[in-house]
Amino acid sequence: MSTVLKTPEVQAATTYDVQKVREDFPILRQMVHGKPLVYLDNAATTQKPQAVINALVDYYQHDNSNVHRGVHLLSERATEAYEKARVSVQKFLNAADHREIIFVRGTTEAINLVAQTYGRKNVGEGDEIVITAMEHHSNIVPWQMLCEEKRSVLRVAPINDSGELLMDDFAKLLGPKTKIVAVPHLSNALGTINPIREIVRLAHAQNIPVLVDGAQAAPRMAVDVQELDCDFYAISGHKLYGPTGIGVLYGKTKLLEAMPPYQGGGDMIASVTFEKTLYNRLPYKFEAGTPDIAGVIALGAAVEYLEYLGLAKIEQHEHDLLAYATEKVSAIPGVKLIGTAKNKAGVLSFVMDGVHPHDIGTILDHEGIAIRTGHHCAQPVMQRFGIPATARASFGLYNTKEEIDVLIAGIKKVSEVMG
Amino acid sequence: MADLRDLYQEVILEHSKAPRNYRVLQSANHKAEGFNPLCGDHYTVYVDVENGKIRDIGFQGAGCAISKASASMMTQSLKGKSTAEAEDMFTRFHALVTGKNRNPEDLGKLTVFAGVSEFPVRVKCASLAWHALHAALQGKQEAVSTE
Repeated sequence: MSTVLKTPEVQAATTYDVQKVREDFPILRQMVHGKPLVYLDNAATTQKPQAVINALVDYYQHDNSNVHRGVHLLSERATEAYEKARVSVQKFLNAADHREIIFVRGTTEAINLVAQTYGRKNVGEGDEIVITAMEHHSNIVPWQMLCEEKRSVLRVAPINDSGELLMDDFAKLLGPKTKIVAVPHLSNALGTINPIREIVRLAHAQNIPVLVDGAQAAPRMAVDVQELDCDFYAISGHKLYGPTGIGVLYGKTKLLEAMPPYQGGGDMIASVTFEKTLYNRLPYKFEAGTPDIAGVIALGAAVEYLEYLGLAKIEQHEHDLLAYATEKVSAIPGVKLIGTAKNKAGVLSFVMDGVHPHDIGTILDHEGIAIRTGHHCAQPVMQRFGIPATARASFGLYNTKEEIDVLIAGIKKVSEVMG
Repeated sequence: MADLRDLYQEVILEHSKAPRNYRVLQSANHKAEGFNPLCGDHYTVYVDVENGKIRDIGFQGAGCAISKASASMMTQSLKGKSTAEAEDMFTRFHALVTGKNRNPEDLGKLTVFAGVSEFPVRVKCASLAWHALHAALQGKQEAVSTE
């Protein structure tokens, strides 16, 4: 018997059914000021799919218990779920080892952790730390605090008028005094995607470790920390469709092993006497105290959700939205985009002639459109462009072209109202 | 539902585009900065006080339509008033924009800001210049912040 097997042309879809995806997000089904909610503030925080909400509720309803210490069943279940989430995050970032995944409160705490442990140990008087002119305050202030304490120097790599890092100037800043480089993967105020591999290559050529602020990139593109070869990568759960108050510091084992602990307390110890305490192994050395167990488990659910949709598809979807919005918004008279890098994602910052961003925000809110206005915790970026603030629409995996049409109509309404 | 026109009244838009007394006052003997760190609005209010009376007043800075119009109309309303009257007016203006008193007396043109009370996040915009004025009259040196 012979059967002719006809292989159908199986082609992976390049995107997903966004209307169906929207059904996973209960918060989107609401009216704001009598209009359907158009949520375009995803760079500030993202909405949560039902799977994440369920993970929080299920944990508290069925498994709530402390981790790593109980002999009873609930503790066993909680510990298992907690450690399973660590493996999910490991896969999400493609880290080599699950012990390289440290749970923290968010990107801010992850950067502070590195500044206060790696930084305090390795940065001394006259040493230099290199950042960029497009940082969020969370990748400026922890280093400034360290510089103040150690009398070291913060050097800032400049950007051009499009909001792109000037790589030649960046390379020139690196030298024997440079002890760490800290850069954003994707700028929250401008949308610029930085060439992390090239940055890492330049820094590693001089044995300088690189920390990447991945808060905005992780929800928008597939991140592979081994491929990037960065030494630290920091992310926030709430910006990738997970809960607030939880985030991750990825660090290479070798560096993490050599770093002193961040905080002291329970869980981070191997043994304690009044004379001497032996610290626990990785990752627990950096997880003092009872962690945000529910947050970690729900973060695991969030990254699983993103992988189920597919990061490549999310990236494509948001790329299409940004291209569509960029074309439409730049065509409106009197509107100027801030941040026009060639390699860009997720974020559309703009200003309008004669109208302050705060007024744009209020008028759009009245149309049901949520955007962010202000300096976006990036005041030096605003100073670089000589503006006090911008209006920023930022896209998420559930946004649609129809919503961008609503935004465009809203911006036109701003001109009408403000005259 | 609050109407946008309750907030962006014609007179407010007109003042925001052509603010009055928008200048550094050379004769000022009181001066203070007002700053909203959340949105970056930033104004300096200059006051020339003589014998307890506001002889002249000016302001400069940058911010949204509401904060700029409020600063402009504040300076118009306060010329010639005593400092005590000015402080009292601030109290009544604050009651107006926070919705605690919808018909305060003697606020004159400033009652156009009544609509602000329907937009709670904009109360700080409307009162920023007044906070700076208060600081200036109290002789405080450091910038006042809305936070």
